[in-house]
Amino acid sequence: MTSYLIKRLLGLLPLLLCISFLSFWLVRLAPGSPFDRERAPASPEVERALKAKYHQDESLMKQYARYLGVLWEQDALGHWRFVGGGLLQGDLGPSLKYRNHSVNDIVFQGLPISMTLGLLAFCFAMGVGIPLGVYTALRRGEWGDYIGSFLALLAFCIPGLVVGPLLVMTFALKLGWFPVALWTSPAHVVLPTITLGLYFSGRVARLMREGMTETLREGYIVTARAKGLPESSVVLRHALRLAILPVVSYSGPLLADLLTGSFVVENLFRIPGIGVFMVNSALSLDYNLVVGLALVYATLLVLLNLVVDLAYAALDRRVKLG
Amino acid sequence: MRRLLTFTIRLPLNLHLVLVGWLRLDWVVTLKRILTYLRWATSVVVASGVIVSIFGCARTSPPADLVVINGMEPETLDPTTSSGQPDGRVATALFDGLTRYDPKTAEAAPCIAERWEISQDGLVYLFHLRDNARWSTGEYITAEDFVYSWRRAIDPKTAAAYAGQLFYVKNGEPISEGKIKDLSQLGVQAVSPRLLRVELESPTPFFLDLCAFRTLAVVPRKTIETYGDRWLMVRPLPTSGCYTLEEWTMNDKVRLRKNPYHWDVANIQNEIVDLIHLESATTAINLFEKHQADVIWDKTLIPMELMDVLKDRPYVHTFNYLATYFVRFNVTRGPFKDPRVRKALVMAVNKERIAGHIMKVGEKPAKTLVPPGTAHYDAPDGLGHDPNAARRLMAEAGYPGGKGFPRFQYHSNTAKQHEQVAVELQQMWKKELGIEMEMRNVEWKVYLADQQAVNFDLSRSAWVGDYNDANTFLDMFMSNNANNRTRWKNPRYDGLIREANQTLDIPKRAGLLKQAEQLLLEEDAVILPLFYYAGITFYRPEEISGIWDNLLDEHALYTVKKTRTPPTH
Repeated sequence: MTSYLIKRLLGLLPLLLCISFLSFWLVRLAPGSPFDRERAPASPEVERALKAKYHQDESLMKQYARYLGVLWEQDALGHWRFVGGGLLQGDLGPSLKYRNHSVNDIVFQGLPISMTLGLLAFCFAMGVGIPLGVYTALRRGEWGDYIGSFLALLAFCIPGLVVGPLLVMTFALKLGWFPVALWTSPAHVVLPTITLGLYFSGRVARLMREGMTETLREGYIVTARAKGLPESSVVLRHALRLAILPVVSYSGPLLADLLTGSFVVENLFRIPGIGVFMVNSALSLDYNLVVGLALVYATLLVLLNLVVDLAYAALDRRVKLG
Repeated sequence: MRRLLTFTIRLPLNLHLVLVGWLRLDWVVTLKRILTYLRWATSVVVASGVIVSIFGCARTSPPADLVVINGMEPETLDPTTSSGQPDGRVATALFDGLTRYDPKTAEAAPCIAERWEISQDGLVYLFHLRDNARWSTGEYITAEDFVYSWRRAIDPKTAAAYAGQLFYVKNGEPISEGKIKDLSQLGVQAVSPRLLRVELESPTPFFLDLCAFRTLAVVPRKTIETYGDRWLMVRPLPTSGCYTLEEWTMNDKVRLRKNPYHWDVANIQNEIVDLIHLESATTAINLFEKHQADVIWDKTLIPMELMDVLKDRPYVHTFNYLATYFVRFNVTRGPFKDPRVRKALVMAVNKERIAGHIMKVGEKPAKTLVPPGTAHYDAPDGLGHDPNAARRLMAEAGYPGGKGFPRFQYHSNTAKQHEQVAVELQQMWKKELGIEMEMRNVEWKVYLADQQAVNFDLSRSAWVGDYNDANTFLDMFMSNNANNRTRWKNPRYDGLIREANQTLDIPKRAGLLKQAEQLLLEEDAVILPLFYYAGITFYRPEEISGIWDNLLDEHALYTVKKTRTPPTH
């Protein structure tokens, strides 16, 4: 178990290196420069100085070595000197757009907020999706199933882009139960959580329904029923354990998605997370921010997938890690 | 480990026990389950409460006296390097210059300099600094601080977006271009701690206006030299303006607090101000409607698609300001080399239609580049709407009825209004001149790169005046100006602008500038002015006082006062 964990975590390092390499080069393929503005720089020298300051005038290989922190440079006296810093020391570099902030500043400021919202939305998606899925599976072919499945489908089909403004209009503007936006009190959390979680609750319900329907056909369920176990025990103790596996495997990428924030929800409710930066950094060609956020996302995704694998083993004893 | 995992995984399962139990009428079990569920529910609620409070969701800070929706997240709050309008508003609240904009008229008024003397030839300014001008940390602001701030602003290494504002100071331009390396050559000297001597390249009638511009504001030397680019994160931050920076959370807000050491502290009308930064205009209007914000003063956060509905509400205030929307011709491409073709295209356009149908805030059709109201200036007539003359010019140029005219592209960045303008132009040119225009809508950064490289036939453009003088619009089209972006070079034009800026006599100077604009618009038709932008702010006059309309769209923060507390919902 421990060796498995160590192996997986060590595997993370080359992967992150790969991702940093790819995103570093890909983002530079986009046309334009991070320093382009509507107004031309005061003089060509100003533009040159700006590029030099952020080392954008160096060869891409050198820039990448600097980004990683494996660069030796000759100083004024001709001595080779290790530059240091960089990714290997956990420094994601300065933001090219937000001049007073480093990428680390932005991540540390925004990520906890995005994670809070993501976690709440995850709980919401699970809390609504799983019961709905189980219910519809048990009532297969009955009215309850039709209504439940329809609701799940509805949640699954309407994007946050539509749900969000509708919720704001109804519960914030018309009824005044919740604030329209901002992120200052627990009441501010409710609408964004629902907006973000609703879509996923629909997906979870559908996955859960499939899983439960399949599992209920298994031989061991027949056995459990035959030996006279109460139905609740059959469903919850024996069936659910396996039926939930599709949901579990889905929850890894789902959590990674949710924890790193959502552009739509953060933008609509003006939540100071990192979801907005995910999109805007690419539009403004803030190279360091793009690569930094890609790395954060990748790390979360890999770690959560690891958790999912562990959970699999815990739920289904037939699965062996190694 | 395994136990912990099972435990976590089962957490949501318990929630369903109730449901399923109820379905199967397993009442005894159900009751037990309900109890378990309640236990779980409580722990979930407690846990979320803990998460929420840990991540600063339930912040307890005093409410602000005034909440202003200020625009998109600032790239920097450094007055010297900032370029965006929202950035500038915060920077101006934090850092003062020798002069400041009068809150009503936006004309230069005494600030850290309480008075000044100007030499006969208009080349030397002597500024007397106030005795009571102090940093928010208590130290006195000296002439030496200004010398440092201006040298820092002109130093190409600082890469100040508006370093051009200092080109009027002696040696400003060559220093910025790297031709003079010695920063002390800049024409600014501290004669004594209270006396600043500034030498200019040429008499500049708007120089006092420039002194109010944030690039020329005074910034704290020691903090900047110690902390580099991150100097604005230092608390307490020494500021020279009406406010101190209390908090800056990205995509959230900037909280400002009255600077107790400010020389004009008695006239600062509010103690704590929150400047909210966001991107969605709909969210901005929602916050405003729900009294969560008192003022919206950024154009990008006004929902234009709702303007038809909002237009007549009492909180909408529109006004003229110095900004023009126009089209650039690339005068080195195909048929556009011929001034007759450019003139024909200009004259075929019905600007009233574009200003009236597409723009919603009260934009007025533009005859000229320099907007009406610009100080000491009398604009020329420009080319009017005359389709017949346009057709004649096309025929003269060899394209009667548009025959043989190649298809050409119109560049703009992706945005609904720009696209609507493009469609109108496309139809007018097709109908009046029989020529085919293609639209090319590109993403912002691509658009900027194309503009910079003059990689277009025609390009949608806009310019906002940096100070109230025709020069801020006209010097842009001098041959070597990097903002020219038309490849148009005319020595006569350059000469007129240069001569105007050497002229002390105001009416004579205005005449020269007018001649230059005539050359630009009427003789050579290098650009097609479409309309003048209108400024717009949202605030409820019965609750807020101290905001005035002015041509520079500059609104002082220290005069804004909430006179009535809005109802809480």
